[in-house]
Amino acid sequence: MSHSSGAPDAALPGSGRRVALFATCLADTLYPDTLRATVRLLERLGCTVDFPHEQTCCGQMHYNTGYREHAATLARRHVAAFTGYDAAIAPSGSCAGMVREVYPGLVGDSEIPERTYELSEFLVDVLGVVDVGAYFPHRVTYHPTCHSLRMLGVGSRPVRLLSAVRGLDLVPLPEAETCCGFGGTFAMKNAETSTAMLSDKMHHVLSTGAEVVSAGDNSCLMHIGGGLSRMRSGVRPLHLADILASTEEAPWAPATR
Amino acid sequence: MGSRNPVTWLGSPTFPRAARETLRDTQLRGNLRHATGTIRAKRADAVSELDDWEQLRRAGEAIKDDVLSNLDTYLVQLEEAVTARGGVVHWARDAAEACSTVLRLSRAAGASEVVKVKSMATAEIELNEALAAGGVSAIETDLAELIVQLGHDRPSHILVPAIHRNRAEIREIFRREMPDVDDSLSDDPRALASAAREYLRRKFLSARVAVSGANFAVSETGSIVVVESEGNGRMCLTLPETLITVMGIEKLLPTWQDLEVFLQLLPRSSTAERMNPYTSVWTGVTPGDGPREFHLVLLDNGRTSTLADTVGRQALRCIRCSACLNVCPVYERTGGQAYGSVYPGPIGAILAPQLGGDMHDPHAASLPYASSLCGACFEVCPVRIDIPEVLVHLRSQAVAAKGRSAESSAMAAASWVFGSHRRYEAAQKAGSLARFLTRDGRLSHLPWPGSKWTDARDAPVPQAESFRAWWRKNRG
Ligand code: SF4
Repeated sequence: MSHSSGAPDAALPGSGRRVALFATCLADTLYPDTLRATVRLLERLGCTVDFPHEQTCCGQMHYNTGYREHAATLARRHVAAFTGYDAAIAPSGSCAGMVREVYPGLVGDSEIPERTYELSEFLVDVLGVVDVGAYFPHRVTYHPTCHSLRMLGVGSRPVRLLSAVRGLDLVPLPEAETCCGFGGTFAMKNAETSTAMLSDKMHHVLSTGAEVVSAGDNSCLMHIGGGLSRMRSGVRPLHLADILASTEEAPWAPATR
Repeated sequence: MGSRNPVTWLGSPTFPRAARETLRDTQLRGNLRHATGTIRAKRADAVSELDDWEQLRRAGEAIKDDVLSNLDTYLVQLEEAVTARGGVVHWARDAAEACSTVLRLSRAAGASEVVKVKSMATAEIELNEALAAGGVSAIETDLAELIVQLGHDRPSHILVPAIHRNRAEIREIFRREMPDVDDSLSDDPRALASAAREYLRRKFLSARVAVSGANFAVSETGSIVVVESEGNGRMCLTLPETLITVMGIEKLLPTWQDLEVFLQLLPRSSTAERMNPYTSVWTGVTPGDGPREFHLVLLDNGRTSTLADTVGRQALRCIRCSACLNVCPVYERTGGQAYGSVYPGPIGAILAPQLGGDMHDPHAASLPYASSLCGACFEVCPVRIDIPEVLVHLRSQAVAAKGRSAESSAMAAASWVFGSHRRYEAAQKAGSLARFLTRDGRLSHLPWPGSKWTDARDAPVPQAESFRAWWRKNRG
């Protein structure tokens, strides 16, 4: 497909859709590049993207650590912030999973859970695209994050999206579906066990010879990438959105600091 | 009453502390990587043969949920059916009552030694220790259970309790503990198995009393079902004069037909077999065939209080297949003993604290956190126990039991910050100041508690500008 930017083009899959970016507190604070990439990608596909400023954190950390009341308060906030949009799109399987799978039991009746999508779901299921016109000439391996896989059931969608990227050499990751050991506060509360899981994940990533390890969650990438960086392994963690946003006209380049 | 529930082992360290030790055990790590990796693949194959696996799981869930919501009716029905067929039913509120019942019955039968079929319920109540204290020795007849018993060890897996041992160790245990064993015994698995067989055969032939657990009990007919792989169970269930079965009250199935579902779910999930090698079913006593006396001890030991918890009660659907252990990335690395309970792994992390009933106990309260919530356990569980949901639910109970702590203050503070997007943005700006900590684009040393992260991983470098600040400037 072509990827002209500028005025909405009725022929584009996202034309006429006004969507909200569900930024997640982690990416908002630590991975703004991924969010800019998500916006570029969605706009390239014709969507009108808005960023509801009232959003902060979906409450997942509180919920998963056993602070249900705090989580419920944050969940009600989140629902209010996203009311009025066709869809809320998160570049995160675990935050989208929190809203879609946990919110119904936390905030009661609301349309927000069913209108919340993880990025690959929105692209493939709602917009109906697999080839998003991306270009990324690198050797990549993909880690399917646990919540995108088992809570949301995104299945092969991310891999199908990556396979359609021009120039990309996708190498299968051995034991891909095994958890990387992040698990939110698990990485702190059970740091040794988490590290043992991480070392196996890194071993498999390195065995692929990939330059880039990608995933749909910056949280897991922060974990895997943090380990790879400590080892000076030279493998870069990069979110799926950063890859899909990259084009021949504007190829991905590492941020300069 | 008021005695401690032995479902968690007395004096166990918290899970993180225990795991720190076991993670260093290279033998354990190697054994588990190999064993769980093999069984995982086999289970996946065995399950993929059935087109209706998902329907079977849903049927299993529905049958067990029916049992749990009508437990009172089904238990009385079972008692009547067993009694009508010549069995005797005993009710035990807790471990102590169950143990004293079994001890009393064994003594009445004139036994100083009983043979045992592998059973989680009797391990849960520490029956062997109680019998020994009363002068009756219990002989485990399942091979792996025997290895654990002779090694004066603790079990580390539901199905293969000696999964942490290698054959050299097993040979040593046999040479040291088995009477009349040849000193030249080799570590060949077949030689080890035949040494055990010889030892056990003498026990089977001389024992007057056998003690078993139960995989299922059909309340309609009063039939008890035990499934196993080695044939030792069949020997115990048929040769001795007196048979005593200890069974958790949740092991019921309403009708004989329900076995159709569970005898498919269990072996495929457990040993990755289409059907287990031995399935023994008995109903009361049959004159001239098998034991002359049959006693059924119905064990509560924390089950009714677990049943009272609407979220946690699904743990009582468990059929002890151990599939969740075999797929658990935490279990695979820490091994079972780190959980400090006869129930390790994901099911142990939700069952042991509930049966124990004391979230003020730091060890019990640490178990629901022994998971990254990856969900692999729920995916394989044949009775669809949503283990992650229960883990998170029990974490709330642990937090409530703990009261105020450094963590609860931090969580409250975070919640206050996230409670307003302005406060949140101010915090983001303050955080971006931490950029001065970084060297060459890496953040490798954070003060405690951040050091728990940076001990093994670099931390992400704070950004000069958050996304929302950028958006406001450029797009807002
Ligand atoms: S919780 Fe489920 S998977 Fe785990 S042992 Fe019980 S029945 Fe098997």
